[in-house]
Amino acid sequence: MNERKYEQYDLIIIGGGPAGLTAAIYSSRAGFKTCIIESGIVGGEAASTDLIENYPGFPDGISGMRLTENIANQAKKFGVEIITDRVVKIKEDLTSQDDIYKIINTSSGQIKAKAIIIAVGTKPKLLNIPGEKEYKGHGVSYCATCDGFFYKDKKIAVIGCGNSGIQEGLFLLRFVKQIEFVEFLPKPTAEKVLLDKIKKYENVNFNLNSSLLSIEGNGKSVTHIKIKNNKTGKIKEIKISGVFIYVGLKPNTEFLEGFVQSDKDGYVIIDQNQKTNVQGVFAAGDATIDTVKQITTAVGSGARAAINAGHYIENMKF
Amino acid sequence: MAIKLDQKNFDEVVNSGKVVLVDFWAEWCMPCKIITPIVEELANEFDKEKVTFAECDVQSEQMIAQRYSIMAIPTLLIFKDGKAMDQVIGVVQKKTIKDKINLYIS
Repeated sequence: MNERKYEQYDLIIIGGGPAGLTAAIYSSRAGFKTCIIESGIVGGEAASTDLIENYPGFPDGISGMRLTENIANQAKKFGVEIITDRVVKIKEDLTSQDDIYKIINTSSGQIKAKAIIIAVGTKPKLLNIPGEKEYKGHGVSYCATCDGFFYKDKKIAVIGCGNSGIQEGLFLLRFVKQIEFVEFLPKPTAEKVLLDKIKKYENVNFNLNSSLLSIEGNGKSVTHIKIKNNKTGKIKEIKISGVFIYVGLKPNTEFLEGFVQSDKDGYVIIDQNQKTNVQGVFAAGDATIDTVKQITTAVGSGARAAINAGHYIENMKF
Repeated sequence: MAIKLDQKNFDEVVNSGKVVLVDFWAEWCMPCKIITPIVEELANEFDKEKVTFAECDVQSEQMIAQRYSIMAIPTLLIFKDGKAMDQVIGVVQKKTIKDKINLYIS
C-alpha cells in the first residue's frame, strides 16, 4: 500500500462540520498551520439539513448546504488545508525528546501536530430491528433531503418525533402523500414552533407510546411496518413505502477510546475552555458533553477551542 | 471522466462487455458530493479496457432510476454483461468500492 506523505502542522482539527470549520477560520487567520481531516462530508450533519431558521444573520433561514459551504469557503480563504481521510488512532509522540507532538494515524498515513481539536460530531443511531439493514436504500433512509424525492405521492413513516424527525417530516411533506409518525414517548419532544407547523397538516398521523418492531417488505422494497403500542400492548401493521429514521444520535468517537476521557455514551469530557484531559487536545461541537447540540453553539465552541489551542501552542517550548 | 448516462446510451454502455460502475446522484444530495470525487479517482486507477465508470442524474433520468429501484442516493451499481450484480448505498470508504469492483473483473 502506498502511504500518503503528510506534513507537520501546528493544529489538526478532526472533523469538518460547523465546529471544526469555525476553529479552522480562527486558527488559520491567526497564522497557525492548520489542517482539517474529514472522513465524510465537509459541513457535517448540518449540511444535510434542509432549512436552518435559528442561525443568526439569515432572517429568511438558510439551507444547511449553503451555510456550511459558506463557512468552508471562509476557512479555505484563510489557508486551511482539508484532507479527506479517516483518523484511526491518536497517540503521544514518545520518540521526540520533549514529548510535544501528537501522532495521528489515518487510514492512509501519519500526521503530526502540536495540538488537536476533536470536532467529529455525531451520526444517526440505528434501531437494530429486523428489516432495517436489509432495506437500507430500498425504503429505509436516514436522509430526507437526499431521498425524499423518491417518495412522491407515497405514504411513509417517520420514526422519532424530536426536532430532527419533525423538521425532516416537514421537508418530506413537499413530496409525500401522508406521514405516519411513530414516537416511543407519550408526546413528541420537538420544539413548539415545529410542532405548531406540522399540526397544520391534515395528512399526518401520530402514533405515540409506540415502538417500531420491524420493517417488512417483498424482498425488493419496503411494504409495511409493525408497531406496538406500549400502553395497550396492541400490535399494528401500517402499509407504507418508506421509513425515515430519526431516533437520536451518537458521537463518532469510537477511535478515541482510551485516549481522551469521555462519558458513558462516548461524548468527550471538556472543561469551560474546551480542554480534554490530555494536554494539547481540545474538543468542540456535538461530540462533546455539552447537551445543547446546535450549529450556533458548535460554532462558538469551535472558536473557543481554537483560541485556547493557539494559547497552548504559543506557550509550548521547543 | 465518468460517462453521462441517459435513456439513449444507457443500455449500450452497460452492455459493452466491460464491468460498468454507475454512480446515481442528484444535485441536492450532499453525500453524493463525497462519492463523486472518489469515483473519479477510481476511474483513473482502473484499467479503462476492463472497467467503465459512468454517472446517472436521477432527476433527469427518473425512468432509469425506477428501472433499478433506486430509492436512495448516492447508490453505486456495478454491472457485468448488462446485469446489475452489486450495489453500494451511501458514503463508504474508497477501498470498499475498489474491492467490490475487483470481484467482477476476470
